[in-house]
Formats: sequence, C-alpha cells, structure tokens
Amino acid sequence: MLELDFMRMAFAAGSVVGLLAPAVGFFVVQRRMSLIGDGIGHTAFAGVAFGYLVGLSPVLTALVAAVGGAVAVEWLRARRGTAGDQALALLFYTGLAAGVVLVSAAGRFDAGLFAFLFGAILTVTTSDLVLVAVLGAVGLATIGLLYRALAGIALDEEGAHVAGVPVALLNVLLAALVGLTVAISMRIVGILLVAALMVLPVIAASRVARSMRASFLLALALGLASVWIGLTVSYYGNLAAGGAIVLVAAAFVLAATAAGSVTRGRVPAR
Amino acid sequence: MTPAIELHGVDYAYDGGPPVLRDACLTVEEGEFVAIAGPNGGGKTTLLRILLGLARPAAGTALLFGEPAHRFSRRATLGYLAQRSRLGTDAPATVREVVSAGRLAAGGLLGPLRAGDKAIVARAIADVGLEEKADAPLATLSGGQQQRAFIAKALAAEPSLLVLDEPTAGVDPGAQESLARLLERLHRERQVTVLYVSHEFGAVENVVRRLVLVRGGIVFDGPPSDLPGAWHDPSHVHA
Repeated sequence: MLELDFMRMAFAAGSVVGLLAPAVGFFVVQRRMSLIGDGIGHTAFAGVAFGYLVGLSPVLTALVAAVGGAVAVEWLRARRGTAGDQALALLFYTGLAAGVVLVSAAGRFDAGLFAFLFGAILTVTTSDLVLVAVLGAVGLATIGLLYRALAGIALDEEGAHVAGVPVALLNVLLAALVGLTVAISMRIVGILLVAALMVLPVIAASRVARSMRASFLLALALGLASVWIGLTVSYYGNLAAGGAIVLVAAAFVLAATAAGSVTRGRVPAR
Repeated sequence: MTPAIELHGVDYAYDGGPPVLRDACLTVEEGEFVAIAGPNGGGKTTLLRILLGLARPAAGTALLFGEPAHRFSRRATLGYLAQRSRLGTDAPATVREVVSAGRLAAGGLLGPLRAGDKAIVARAIADVGLEEKADAPLATLSGGQQQRAFIAKALAAEPSLLVLDEPTAGVDPGAQESLARLLERLHRERQVTVLYVSHEFGAVENVVRRLVLVRGGIVFDGPPSDLPGAWHDPSHVHA
C-alpha cells in the first residue's frame, strides 16, 4: 500500500490532520462547543463555493471563510451575548445557504464539489500536502505553546478573566484554530465529517484518561490511529476514506466507554 | 492603609431596566473577612462584578486597593472562586491540574509551569488538605472536596483578595461547616482579605465579624449578632 505515491501522500497529510483535529477539538469539547466544527464546516463550504465562482483556490477561500466564521461565532457569543448554540445555528444555516447559492451560481454541482464535502484523500497533491504540513505545524505549535492557558480557561473561564488573563483574545485564537483545522482537514475527511475527527477522539480519551494531560495526549494518539486504520481499511476495502476514518474514531468511543465502565466498576465507592 | 475595596454611591441597572443597585457604599479594609449575603436577585452578583471591575457602575466609583476597579493593574493577585455551575468540574482534570490553573496569570501564559510555581501549587493543595488527592481526577472527589480544590486554585494566585461566590452551593451541611473552618484558618494564616458571597450566611455566621446584606442596595452592614431578628432567619433573607 505504501509503495504507492498517492497513499504515502494520503498518510502524510492524514497524519497532520489526525493530530491537529483532536488537539484543537480537545479545548472545544471542554467548553461544551462540540458542534462548532460542524458549523464552521458549513461556512467553509460557502468558501469553497466562492472559490469556484471567482476562480480562486477553493482551499484558500475556505480557509478565509472558516477562520472568519469561527471568529464571528466567538464574537457573537462573547460580545453580543448570543447563546453559543444560537450563534452556531446562525453560522451553520447561513454558511450552508450561501454555499448552495454560490455553487448554483458557479454551476458546479459536480464531483469536484463532492471531494470537498466528503473528502478525497487519495487525490491529495504535493502542494496540498505542503499547505497542510505548514498550517498544521503552525496550529500544533500554537496549541503546544498555549496548552496551559487554554486548559486553564476550559476549567474556569470566569476566574481566568478576573485574574487578568486575556480570555477574549485566547478564545478568538482558539476559534481561528478551529477554522484553520476545518480548512486543512476538508480534503482528508470532508467538510461534513471534519467535526467528527475533532470531537470523537477527545470523547474516547476522556472516557478512560485520569488527567487532563493524559486525556489530551490520548486524544491525539486516537486521532492519528483513526486516520491510519481508516485509510488502511479504505484502501483494502475500496471504501470512502473520510467515512472509514470517522467510523474508526466512533468505534474508539464505544470501546473507551466500555473500558471506562469496567474501570469505574473497580473503583471503590466514595 | 489603603482599603482593599471601596464603593462610593454605586448605582447599576441592566440595559435600561429598573436599578439593581442604588447608592451602594462599602469599604473593606485589608485583612478583613466579610460575608456578603442577600436574596437571589438582590444585587449581590452585580455588586461582586462591579467591585471586581467586570462591570462599570452607572454612577459612583469602585476602587480596588485604591485603583479604579475596571483598570486594576494587579489582577494576578486576585483569587476568585466562581459559582460552581460555571466551573469545569466535569473536565478530565486532576486536583493538581485544576490548582495549577490558578498560577496562569502570575506564572505566565506560555509554556510549562516553572519549578517555583509548582511549589506554590503544592502549598495551596496542602493548605486545603488535599495532598493525598493531588493526582486524583476531580470527578472522583465529593462536592466539598471539589470546592476545596477550586479554593486551592484561587489560593495558588497568592491573592491579596480572595473572593468566593456561593462557595457552599450544592455542598452538604457537614462539608459547609468544614469549608467555613478552612476559610477562617486560611484567612488567619495567610492574612488575606476574604469576601464570602452567598444567598445565605449560616455556614460562616460564627467565623465572620462583619456581615453585609444586599437587597437593591446595602441594607445592613455590621456584626452578624446585630442583625435584626427577622433577617437572621435565612428564609427572610431569601424573601
């Protein structure tokens, strides 16, 4: 399998996404905004459609739309007092509607569009890989540097605010990282499934880990394993890669839930 | 000495609504332990937000250690325990990880925690009696122990002012008394100014010398023993 160029390319790009998606998703899940990736995915769809319409790279226009949408959600939530789920709903439906209108205007309801919606990891090019690697490295380095601050805000946002931590700035930065993750992951798992890779490994890890750091590192390992196993299954089974990756991640959640129940059953009652 | 907190003639209303606070005046000296009580909706949380500089009064002034509260320059020295519902008590974190978050502002945002900060975190955990649970997941602790962990988080800032918002909510009566004794000891040993905000004050009645009742303004300020009999019953405070 790995003697094929396109599979090596798929594994390389998939590995970056397999690490970055749960790394960013970890802090989103702790803040109970698990669906933000889904909402931003729909904004990215509008970006892809805009790229088609004006003849620009759909990946770059999706990147701008996704980061802009994510920052808009955070602004609505924090500054305008809009409830998190309402801000997401506004983004979700507006993004989808704008995408449909723009795609119809561009006359591009075709296989190229489906590649963005459902992922087309086997068509990843060298320039795609470079973009994914560079942006992925920036995202992971940012998370690594700010891990303690983002974890502290997830535990007690109000306390951090009172202590003078720049909570609003860090929240906007996290939102921008969500947008970045969505944009670079869409060629791998597709706009409609990218949020799953941000959330499912994190949920699985939190079922069994006994500390925040262990949960974070395990989520990254499960994200990576989901991509590797999913790609392998998709290659040998001739199945859609994005769907296979997400189903593996879902299987990890089921297994971790079962393992967590057994472990908790062994812990003496408090 | 500059008072820790000064409110002078503070008025506040939300978005053109009726006033929540009228002409509130309060001075808290450094080293005092003050309980702020009052019914839900009486303006305690608003008062708290104003004195912490999170909200600006419509009229009057709010000072923290002599500086305008909203522009207070030494925020890293404020220890704050938010209401339980606002804390990430279901996060997969250990006690040590929770308490370490209290060094965020003082210890810097970037990279891992330094050795000196780790020692301060360990001391805060010891101060609330959770050494043996330091590396246990928060979710395996009782409600009272979780509150102790978050009090330790506030202590990790080495605060000059410790503000606790409804610290005993959702905690059983035995643990409430234990928390009150803990706060009294921390106040004495660390000589920190403590502001204890709650809709009822039974748990700390015996450890505070000063009680402030908030009901659209400050309606009582003095020793708990001077509180009019009718108000002494928490059910009247709720009314």
